[in-house]
Amino acid sequence: MFESFDALFLARAQFAFTVSFHFIFPAFSIGLASFLMVLEALWLKTGKGVYANLYRYWLKIFAIAFAMGVVSGIVMSYQFGTNWSVFSDKAGPVIGPLMAYEVLTAFFLEAGFLGVMLFGINKVGPRLHFAATCMVALGTFISAFWILSVNSWMQTPTGYEIGANGQFLPGPSWAAIIFNPSFPYRLVHTVIAAYLTTAFVVGAVGAWHLLRDRANPGARKMFSMAMWMAALVAPVQIFAGDMHGLNTLEHQPAKVMAMEGHYQSHPDGAPLILFGIPNSAEKRVDYAVEIPKASSLILKHDADAPLAGLDTIAEDRHPPVGTVFWAFRIMVGIGFGMLGLGLWSLAARARRKLYDWSWLHRAAIVMGPSGFIAVIAGWVTTEVGRQPWTIYGLLRTADSAAPLDAPAVAASLLAFIVVYFAVFGAGTFYILKLMDKPPEPHEEAVPTHGPVRTAGITPAPAIEGGQP
Amino acid sequence: MIDLTIIWAGIIAFAVAAYVVMDGFDLGIGILFPRFPVGRDRDMAMNSIAPVWDGNETWLVLGGGGLMAAFPLAYAIVLPALYAPLMAMLLGLVFRGVAFEFRWRDPGHRRFWDFAFCGGSIVATLAQGITLGALLQGITIEGRAYAGGWWEWLTPFSLLTGLSLLIGYALLGAGWLIWKAEGALQAQARRMARWLLPAMLVAIGLVSVSTPFLEAQYYQRWFEWPGVLASAQMPLLVAIVGFLAWRAIRNIGQKGGRDWMPFFLILLLFGLSMIGLAISIWPDVIPGRVSIWEAAAPERSQIFMLIGAGVLVPVILGYTIWAYWVFRGKVDEAGYH
Repeated sequence: MFESFDALFLARAQFAFTVSFHFIFPAFSIGLASFLMVLEALWLKTGKGVYANLYRYWLKIFAIAFAMGVVSGIVMSYQFGTNWSVFSDKAGPVIGPLMAYEVLTAFFLEAGFLGVMLFGINKVGPRLHFAATCMVALGTFISAFWILSVNSWMQTPTGYEIGANGQFLPGPSWAAIIFNPSFPYRLVHTVIAAYLTTAFVVGAVGAWHLLRDRANPGARKMFSMAMWMAALVAPVQIFAGDMHGLNTLEHQPAKVMAMEGHYQSHPDGAPLILFGIPNSAEKRVDYAVEIPKASSLILKHDADAPLAGLDTIAEDRHPPVGTVFWAFRIMVGIGFGMLGLGLWSLAARARRKLYDWSWLHRAAIVMGPSGFIAVIAGWVTTEVGRQPWTIYGLLRTADSAAPLDAPAVAASLLAFIVVYFAVFGAGTFYILKLMDKPPEPHEEAVPTHGPVRTAGITPAPAIEGGQP
Repeated sequence: MIDLTIIWAGIIAFAVAAYVVMDGFDLGIGILFPRFPVGRDRDMAMNSIAPVWDGNETWLVLGGGGLMAAFPLAYAIVLPALYAPLMAMLLGLVFRGVAFEFRWRDPGHRRFWDFAFCGGSIVATLAQGITLGALLQGITIEGRAYAGGWWEWLTPFSLLTGLSLLIGYALLGAGWLIWKAEGALQAQARRMARWLLPAMLVAIGLVSVSTPFLEAQYYQRWFEWPGVLASAQMPLLVAIVGFLAWRAIRNIGQKGGRDWMPFFLILLLFGLSMIGLAISIWPDVIPGRVSIWEAAAPERSQIFMLIGAGVLVPVILGYTIWAYWVFRGKVDEAGYH
């Protein structure tokens, strides 16, 4: 296998590593920014101190996650050029403007108002502060909009022309580029995934503190809010994922064949393979556990519909089947697990036992990190599944890389691995430490030393005024 | 007929300039950080930039992202050419960026995160200065790609520009603290500015004297008509502004001293240096190699982005100024409660 450790392989490994790490933070902060917006809105509307306390509690966590997202995101914006310069040269005229719009409409908005959100409550007053929170939340969403448009264009390129020098050039309509065929589905599926990820983290923290003290009002409030999200949004996400899958079948059938493990075509109804070990050498799935005709039923809404397999596609256009097959199953499995917990919480709520069923709370803690795993698994499914292309059907990954020496890429990859695990490991530890502290009504506003900073947003007078 | 390529060169230059002056002073705080006493002074130095550093750094993303969008060929050639310094810069920015949060969350390891804040700032600054030097001295290109090795950037000249930027950012940081801090911290910043300013003037001199001999193009610019007109004026202007800055720093704490003055005079020095660079480089996007027209994105990309930039950049400047305004005045502990 070592002959494959060339500069291309290392560049792919580096991009996969840095983007996987990066993706964790936005997946959390998109949802958390909206959660903070809701908390502050509820606080302004009701004047109840519990919302202000929860806002302050989660803002500290948000600040750390956001900082990690920013610094790992700057790395991404340069990796396109450092490691994928041929791709950047060729696709720059089309995707460059979309990424520039992301910076102009999203990054500046988030960064510009984050300072006021973290430090400004007593300088600008509650309403303007709420506006700053809204701007940060809006920024996270706009950022998702543009970057997913770029990613979707690479998956389902439309609206382009090929220039004389081999560059992809924009056609007459930018709408055809931005709103390419897979974009609406990918945007909806990814943003809901971010909301669910955050909901399960919030739910787990609430459950953790309910196990210690069922009466803690902050813990009860956050657990209840999170479980509503799980119960209501998980089914929506499964539906959105199905729509996204049908869209993929239309535009990237090879990806779906890999997800399903369909090496062979099935002229009269394809089985749904639940589990098995894809064997690409023999072109079959070993030890497969399958439901006959179910795949055709799901994908074509007709049990007897024929489904083409990878045997209809040239071998040099096959994605790696095993990775895609398993990543997809992990994502779907977690999705149904989320639905299950949501339904369980509804049952508990109906019997007025939401804060009393400790097994529900334990399950919620176990499911706490599930959103991150699902998000990464989903990303692996879609990104490995579109191999061997960077621009689907048009530009191969092998033809996209920068002319770098393998030792240069190997050295930087090693540096990223060491630094990311150390730095973001420490950050995750600090977040867990904050989560371990219960949300107290009169939580200490000041970190142990130094002047108040992130913690200093306390709308302290209002809390005191609002507390019964 | 308006040349969109020239407009875009102007916008990218503006983004880079905005980045240099804005992130310049907060990287400068990081560079000087170990010189501040542990405790209140360090906390205040960091608090003076904590609400704005993230916005400052976004201009770097606009510079990089804008280069990809407006001059994709330049982006594709320059970034692999500067692979090692850019990777170092990105990792440096990781360390210093997270330190803003981590040092408050972990008092037991605060010394480590303070070290990371300083070290990350120094590495990122050196890398940026080296990047500038490597571009000025020229890079090897074949066809549409970089064709040199991965150590080509390393020369005495690029080390000189790296060190010069380190001095420059540190001076900007000292100027910022003279403006935003009081008491012992301000006095400390003033002491540092008094030796950083002459060091910066020497650095400007050394870089200016070596640049014309790197490429025939620069030499012609500076020593032949009509460029010689500018060459005659620039050293004089730098000397005048340098003298004014020296006086402004000296007057701090005395009658007639204005705390904001040194910072703005140092900004003016940066402005003059950047004008000098522009005179050398124009109209290339990769100095001496690729012109802005050779690397430009097609007109449709330029127009589409210009609509956005025309509307959004003024809006961004508006709320950025507002955010600075919210945190105006001297930084003090009470201000953050």
